[in-house]
Amino acid sequence: MEGVNTVTNISVQKIWSILEEVCDPEVPVLSVIDLGVVREVKVASVSEEDDVEVVITPTYSGCPAMDVIRMNIHMVLLLHGYKNVQITTVLSPAWTTDWMTEAGKHKLKAYGIAPPNPKQQVCNTHLFAEDEAVQCPHCNSYNTRRISEFGSTACKSLYQCNDCQEPFDYFKCH
Amino acid sequence: MTKDTLYNYTLHLADNALILAQRNSEWCGHGPVLEQDIAITNISLDLIGQARSLYQYAAEVFNKKEGREATEDSLAYLRDVREFKNCLLVEQPNGDWAQTILRQFFFSTYQYGLYQQLQQSTDATLAAIAEKSLKEVTYHVRWSSEWVIRLGDGTAESHDRLENALDELWMFTGELFTPAGYELDALKAGFGVELTALKAAWEQKVNEIFAEATLPDAASRAGVWMQTGGKEGVHSEQLGFILAELQYMQRAYPGAEW
Repeated sequence: MEGVNTVTNISVQKIWSILEEVCDPEVPVLSVIDLGVVREVKVASVSEEDDVEVVITPTYSGCPAMDVIRMNIHMVLLLHGYKNVQITTVLSPAWTTDWMTEAGKHKLKAYGIAPPNPKQQVCNTHLFAEDEAVQCPHCNSYNTRRISEFGSTACKSLYQCNDCQEPFDYFKCH
Repeated sequence: MTKDTLYNYTLHLADNALILAQRNSEWCGHGPVLEQDIAITNISLDLIGQARSLYQYAAEVFNKKEGREATEDSLAYLRDVREFKNCLLVEQPNGDWAQTILRQFFFSTYQYGLYQQLQQSTDATLAAIAEKSLKEVTYHVRWSSEWVIRLGDGTAESHDRLENALDELWMFTGELFTPAGYELDALKAGFGVELTALKAAWEQKVNEIFAEATLPDAASRAGVWMQTGGKEGVHSEQLGFILAELQYMQRAYPGAEW
């Protein structure tokens, strides 16, 4: 971007850190930063009011959380005194679970949801393909099985641990 | 001219996604087991998401051209049967689980090839929507293929039901690869997809899954008369009933919001 000056850079950094406060309404331990849905923050300083643009990308096309996320980003920036906020949605490049932060993956596991494995074979049309071993977030066993490809939200599938018998959600690779 | 083509073409893609989503959502609370009830409604949600992106884009194209205010909602809720451009396959009734599965398998396999090509569209928005949607459709293809095999190669009862579904639905598969006027124009303009080229890959996939499902291959139905018309707005009687339910709220209480 042209005309990047130190002041703008600081404002951009500040907004990134504010966005840490915005959580995914369906997986409330993850911030939108952890999730990797914020693609870009742009700030144009005009007089003392900043024009802020936050570029986000949806996880799944039909994810109902995206509307809430959009609204919450607006709200939190408003609370921090930014009045001119524009939120832009881009579809390409398409979101992938590889964009989830390592910190986010740890938080997911602590919350009882198995974090996504690195993206690979499961994202193809091969039949009856088992995902590579998904680790049970409760007892850490890899001896688990998939119960259903589709879980409580679009981004999760349902697993059960063969050792501790606990069912759990797996944030499927995408 | 190109604007009209782009608008019609985008609407057609959107209508396919919306009507199948509406059909699948009828299963909500009625699925054979909880996990599959959740699966089919998840697929609905993905399709609604695709439909929204496409309707938003169609509205944008329309407003640029006409200077009027079309929205994703007005396009979904306020057009009448003849204005819908979905193919006949997606409006067919759910029937039993076998019929729902087979319809999904036929359509997802078609959509998979279509979106793969559409990613290379010269229209950046259509390409982006295709790229995004393809990831979801991949799951739909896998899930529905597995179910076709499970039912076809299952019990005598499940096999019979799948064969009955095949009798019901095969006649609607030809339309997928028979381009409407706006699809030909879109291809000429560079942003569309060559449908006839998709057919071979589609049939190959169908045959591959049918072989595992112990069903007769596509060639055995070569003589079946293929129904067309949906893409041009000439629908089966089914669509009117779907729209009556889908659009009821906006028709009865215009402008109502959640």
